[in-house]
Formats: sequence, structure tokens, C-alpha cells
Amino acid sequence: MTESWISCEEVVESLFEYLDRELDNHTSVEIERHLERCHDCFSRAEFERRLRERIADSGQQQAPEQLRRRIRDMLERF
Amino acid sequence: MTASNRRRETLAVSKQRRDQFEQEVTRLMDRLYGTALRLARNPDDAEDVVAETVSNAWKKLDQLENPAHMEGWLFRILHHTFVSHWRRRQCRQAQEVDIEPEESGVRFSLFEKLHQPFLLWWGAPEREFVNALLQEDIRRAIDNLPDCFRLVIVLVEIEGYSYEEVSRLLDLPLGTVRSRVSRARGLLQKALWNQGREAGLAKCCNPAAGTSSGGDV
Ligand SMILES: [Zn+2]
Repeated sequence: MTESWISCEEVVESLFEYLDRELDNHTSVEIERHLERCHDCFSRAEFERRLRERIADSGQQQAPEQLRRRIRDMLERF
Repeated sequence: MTASNRRRETLAVSKQRRDQFEQEVTRLMDRLYGTALRLARNPDDAEDVVAETVSNAWKKLDQLENPAHMEGWLFRILHHTFVSHWRRRQCRQAQEVDIEPEESGVRFSLFEKLHQPFLLWWGAPEREFVNALLQEDIRRAIDNLPDCFRLVIVLVEIEGYSYEEVSRLLDLPLGTVRSRVSRARGLLQKALWNQGREAGLAKCCNPAAGTSSGGDV
């Protein structure tokens, strides 16, 4: 291990910003490399990704028929 | 806007774009409604937000430069529509929440509650926990977040907005968005943990896990 490698603590610290793609390219690549080697951090990243998928799914919910009708009426009037 | 102006504007919108608009609105209806419901929490308000979004979008349809971007454009209008209605209330709540003590979920991590480092990879309680959560649990946890935190969760986790976009939309400094996103996640994970424990989902894990490492209610 060379000293320039990013530590587990640093990965944990920046993990969400990494998943949000808010980090500069250099830091992202370092984290990616770390995740390839470190099982603990990899599990953590996978966990957060999976949780986020579940959260993202909650943005989808069957629209009530009355709303669909209301929008259809509106579009017809346009 | 006068009626004749509106008519002229309507005529300016090509038939093709009009058809595309109708198709996109219909196709995206469940997501528009779901997102509006996560934001407004109440079905009647959510329906109003969607209806107002469609109406606002229609008025601006000829301003959309690239029709391929209609989906993202519709969701941006939805968020603007919601934010313009709720802004005042949100700001007030945000200030109240900001004075809360640091323990309010800031560094709460579900993974740390659930993960058992010495288990083999196929026995991952954290993965089982997330898979066992019902869509209802997740909705309830999001709906219970204070407005300003719920909003950034919807924008970042559901819509995939960048912090920069959130900052522009909510008219907040980037640093505030960054810290709010982070606190919102902590609060959300804490709520999921509490609900999961109530539902008996966390029985697989270390009994001490629920009481260790600060941040618990
Ligand atoms: Zn690591």
C-alpha cells in the first residue's frame, strides 16, 4: 500500500458525495480504486446504492383516475 | 395574459410538440404524482401541484429548446411549482430545524447499525434489511421528514439533481445544500431504522446495535 492511497475513513467521509457524483474526477477515481480493493467499503457503497434505489422508487406512485381525467380534460382545452 | 395572446401562443406550438407533450405527461403521470405526493404529502395538494405543473408547462412549451429534454424540464417545472407555493413555510421550518441540537441524526448510519464485518458476504443483514423494507415504510419515513429535509431528499435521491441545481432551485448557498443533504440522509436513515426495528426487521443484528454510537432518540 502506498501512502497516497485514500483511507477507509476518507472514503466513508466522502461516500455520499461520491455516489452523488459531486466529487472532482481525481477523488472519484481514488475512491473507485479503493472500492475495488476494500471489501468493507465496497459493502457500504453497495448498501447505500441499494437503499437509494429503494428511495428513488418511492417517487413513483399510481396516479388516481380522477387526476388522470383532470389532466386529460385540461389537455383537451389547451 | 389576454385571451387573444394566449390563442396566438397556442397556435405557435406545433402539432408535433403538442402531441409529444400529451404523450410525455401521460407517460410520466405516476412519477409526477408520486414526486408531488412526496413533496406535498397530501393527495389533494399533490394533484393540484401536478395540474398546475401541466398548466405552467403548457404555457412555456414554446420556450423548451430541445424537445428531447421534455422529461427533465417537466420535473423542474414541478419543483418550481411546489417550491413557489411552499417556500415561505419551508424557510421558517428550516430555521427552526437548524437550531436543533447536533444529535438530530447528523451522522446516523443504517449501515453501521446493521453491518456485521465478520459475516461472510452472503449473510449480509444490511442487505436483508433494505430488501425487507416495504415501499410503504420508505414513503412514511420520507413523508415524516421536516419540509426542508424532505425537499432535498426528493431532489437529490429521487430526481438525481446535483447540489448546484438544488442550490439554484431553492436559492440556497451550496454549502447549505451540502449540509442539508447530509443531515436529511441521516434523519431518513434513522427513521428507517426506527421503523424497521418496530416492524421486527432488525432482529438479525447485534442487540447492542440499537443503543450504541449516539444519535438515537
Ligand atoms: Zn476501505
